[in-house]
Amino acid sequence: MSNVPQELKYTQSHEWVLASEDGQATIGITDHAQELLGDMVFIELPEMDRELDAGEECSVVESVKAASDVYSPVAGTVIAVNERLADAPELINEDPYGDGWMFRLQISDTSQLDDLLDATAYEELESEE
Amino acid sequence: MSFIPHTEDEIRQMLNAIGVDRIDELFDEIPAELINEKLDYVPAAMNEAGIRRLSRQRAENDGHHINFIGAGAYEHHIPAAVWQIATRGEFYSAYTPYQAEASQGTLQLLYEYQSMMASLTGMEVSNASLYEGASALAEAVLMAVRAQREKQRILMPETIHPGYRETTETIVKNQGIVLSSISYSGITGTIDLEQLGKEITDDVAALVIPQPNYFGALEAVDELTNLAHERGCLVIAVVNPVSLAILKAPGEWGDKGADIVVGEGQPLGIPLSSGGPYFGFMCCTQKLIRQMPGRLIGRTVDADGKQGFALTLQAREQHIRRSKATSNICTNQGLMVTAATLYMSLMGPAGIEQVAKASHANTRLLVEKLTAIDGVDVVFNSPFFHECVLRINAPMEDLIPAMTVQGVIAGKALFADYADLHDCLLVCATELRTEEEMDVYAMHLQRFVSKHQLETP
Amino acid sequence: MTKLIFEQSTSGRINKAQFLPAEIPLDDIPDVFLRKTSPMLPEVSEMQAVRHFTRLSQLNFSIDTHFYPLGSCTMKHNPRICNEAALYDGFSGRHPSAPDSTGQGLLSCLFDLQEILKDISGMNEVSLAPMAGAQGEFTGIAMIRAYHDARNDDAREEILVPDAAHGTNPATAVMCGYKVREIPTLDNGDVDIDALAAVVGPRTAGLMLTNPSTLGVFERQIREIATLVHDAGGLLYYDGANMNAILGKVKPGEMGFDVIHLNLHKTFSTPHGGGGPGAGPVGVSERLIPFLPVPRIVESSGQFTVLDKKDCPQSIGRLSCFMGNAGILLRAWIYARLLGRDGMKRVADFATLNANYLKAKLEQAGFEMAYKNRRATHEFILTLKKEKAETGVTAMDFAKRLLDKGYHAPTTYFPLLVPECFLIEPTETESLEELDGFIGAMQEISKEAAEQPDLVKSAPHNLPIRRLDDVRAARQLDVVWKNDLGDSKK
Repeated sequence: MSNVPQELKYTQSHEWVLASEDGQATIGITDHAQELLGDMVFIELPEMDRELDAGEECSVVESVKAASDVYSPVAGTVIAVNERLADAPELINEDPYGDGWMFRLQISDTSQLDDLLDATAYEELESEE
Repeated sequence: MSFIPHTEDEIRQMLNAIGVDRIDELFDEIPAELINEKLDYVPAAMNEAGIRRLSRQRAENDGHHINFIGAGAYEHHIPAAVWQIATRGEFYSAYTPYQAEASQGTLQLLYEYQSMMASLTGMEVSNASLYEGASALAEAVLMAVRAQREKQRILMPETIHPGYRETTETIVKNQGIVLSSISYSGITGTIDLEQLGKEITDDVAALVIPQPNYFGALEAVDELTNLAHERGCLVIAVVNPVSLAILKAPGEWGDKGADIVVGEGQPLGIPLSSGGPYFGFMCCTQKLIRQMPGRLIGRTVDADGKQGFALTLQAREQHIRRSKATSNICTNQGLMVTAATLYMSLMGPAGIEQVAKASHANTRLLVEKLTAIDGVDVVFNSPFFHECVLRINAPMEDLIPAMTVQGVIAGKALFADYADLHDCLLVCATELRTEEEMDVYAMHLQRFVSKHQLETP
Repeated sequence: MTKLIFEQSTSGRINKAQFLPAEIPLDDIPDVFLRKTSPMLPEVSEMQAVRHFTRLSQLNFSIDTHFYPLGSCTMKHNPRICNEAALYDGFSGRHPSAPDSTGQGLLSCLFDLQEILKDISGMNEVSLAPMAGAQGEFTGIAMIRAYHDARNDDAREEILVPDAAHGTNPATAVMCGYKVREIPTLDNGDVDIDALAAVVGPRTAGLMLTNPSTLGVFERQIREIATLVHDAGGLLYYDGANMNAILGKVKPGEMGFDVIHLNLHKTFSTPHGGGGPGAGPVGVSERLIPFLPVPRIVESSGQFTVLDKKDCPQSIGRLSCFMGNAGILLRAWIYARLLGRDGMKRVADFATLNANYLKAKLEQAGFEMAYKNRRATHEFILTLKKEKAETGVTAMDFAKRLLDKGYHAPTTYFPLLVPECFLIEPTETESLEELDGFIGAMQEISKEAAEQPDLVKSAPHNLPIRRLDDVRAARQLDVVWKNDLGDSKK
């Protein structure tokens, strides 16, 4: 069973979100997603300052087996990207919720966070797959 | 004759193993009304001797002519070893190297090919080939638009091969990409810089630069490249690989070099064959590698740490990424690339340089001999590589057939593609043309032109 | 391991037999256009080059050396006469822009091929222009689009594709500016016709279908599917990847398809060449004829002419600079003439016999078939999920171990719908003893998997290299050899 931290929010498409008090969200892909995809070889991140809608394709994670789109869980503006992934895509495999984070948004509508799954709901989703 | 080895006994034995009486039963899931074994047109089978005789007759019917056309396909010497080795069964009858351990020959060869092309073009990476030059340009256009997001316009000079323009149009038009024409200077036969300056705006994803261009003339590639980069657009170079033995590599154009380089690989050891199969090459900067279509071979190590080669970055391709793939391309032109890699190895850098220089010198000599004829003039004043546009004071529609009857393919008439060059001919003399052949050409041309001049006072 | 050709290179070595010895001036091209450094091409003798590439060839599996049951690829015997004749001077030496009068021999062969393809496909007209299957697909969908556009029927924005389809199908639809909608497949391998009925409608531009499907079975409800799509105003596209199974037996035009492509490198035995060139002619029904790509070859009182866009104003246009892969088309023509009328049907008969024999024997040997109760077409799918569960040995491991035993592996992990699968296509040109040899090898591996799984998991053991590190290949990309000494100055 993969790791599903209680404090995070999740999407159907296997992103996780860590929302902070100041309306920012850090986003990555779940442990379950990285396991399915296998060894990461390349991560394409969104451009800085890009404005994203909830559910918009904004990034690609590429493993030897597959390339998969990453969707923005909420709407917002990109304020940081994890530059380390350029040289070390394996960070997503090694530490998907920590050093393997992908990008950070300034959320435009924090109420959208309520639409996301909590850890229990995501665990259920995983077990159905 | 269908290369089926089965004997009657074996057929019986196999049907028994399956548990049916007749082969027809194996098709019992097909709705009966769909079975139709009647062929009206297909003739009866021939044996090998028969088809060899028929093929020979038809090939001989096409005969031999002295060829002075280039226009995108060039008649160069091909060392005998090229096709003898390329058609070895192990290359000829293998498929895409999905099982790397059983395909190291093809894979290593493709890695060597990629290395040769990258060096020839001065670029960081090369793919394992595309279908041919014109569709390679279309793929480069799609790639530039992917890399530049939101920008949907491509500047396509009229000095590019008309076939390349048409092909690109066919392939990209359904994706909302706009191809804007840039005209040429009637004096130099190169891109009209003034019009270009106006057209090259923020919404342009890439400028296409042919070198040499369709007229054989040399474009001011450094200025063009720098201008494009200043305006935030990519440069797609379209080049002749043989010319690169003497002409500046696209990777060195201007301050930063071209971003994508494509072209027709045929001059590197591929027979003319009425237009194909050839192969297209594509090279680019490291930065664009993930936008590149087609197969790519990488060097890696095996479980024992031994060097080996494998298909890489496959996640971008159609068989994994399906509707989000960079292209629908599956195959490359493996066999043609095998020949080209052999050609480059057998010729070496010095050998190809001599071919390029001799083709240039021969075309110069040809132009000198033809323009000595009254009524034949050079049209543009730019330096050229191995092709040149001549204006001929005689009806072009009649000239080509009249010369063909004399055994001379005089060149490519431009009237169908360029209204203002309706009386012009694009000529080429590669290293294979001898001075005697040029004299034959000049003699017949002189006769034709003077006959015409006598007829039209 | 074979050294790279660059590592065998010696600065200044020239292959004199291929060298033009003269001093040739270049004084009329200004310096600014010229190259300052020599390209890093190998400097080797002719013998070094010949030896190097001959040795490389020996590292390959090929049809000429090994049984190659790669599903969906139709790796059948490539008759040598096809290559020999295509290289006759009159054919191989002709310039593509030379007048039609100098190519009547070639054009007569190509025209003949067009007519043969019309006959076997049941279509009204054929264009030989597409250079590969994927380009044939593109052509087909582009014509469907041109057809709807010409009628101003511009609400049609979707192409329907079964989920079992080859990856080129959805990729092609997107290249033509369409959205893709996937149609599920039933457990018996047929398209879920209710699911299709639910989505087909005024937004449907067309349906892309392979029949026999990529699952190795014949789509039995093809007529119903055609009616559904046609009634909704959509067109039917036939992916001819699996034509070998029905050649001379069933005509796609009579199944109701409006446009088809054929892979000549499969059904008509032109060389696979390490991954190309191919040829993917398209055939169309009456209403799509105006949209066919150029050039097209036509005949009038014994004279053959090549038509271009000016002659065919509604054509989708040109797909290559010249005439597509003419030399490959020639090889296909020769093959078609060798087969002749009766030979066509025999191809399908024996491709199907071989596949069903292999399926029956492997089933008897204890292997599980993905579609047990169906007839195999020219290929079939076997699943190794039981073996994986019991021994940890995967389809990939089985594939690698087959290489050790002298058999090229079948297609693995395609179609994606079947776990741990092998798509096996023996083709009609393989003999009974070769098939029995393959069955024996599969049984041996099965035994090995049970008794010494590590032997199978670490295969191959008898090839020039062992399994490669794909992750390293993708992470530390090395796609071009770098000369540590840098380019040499001229």
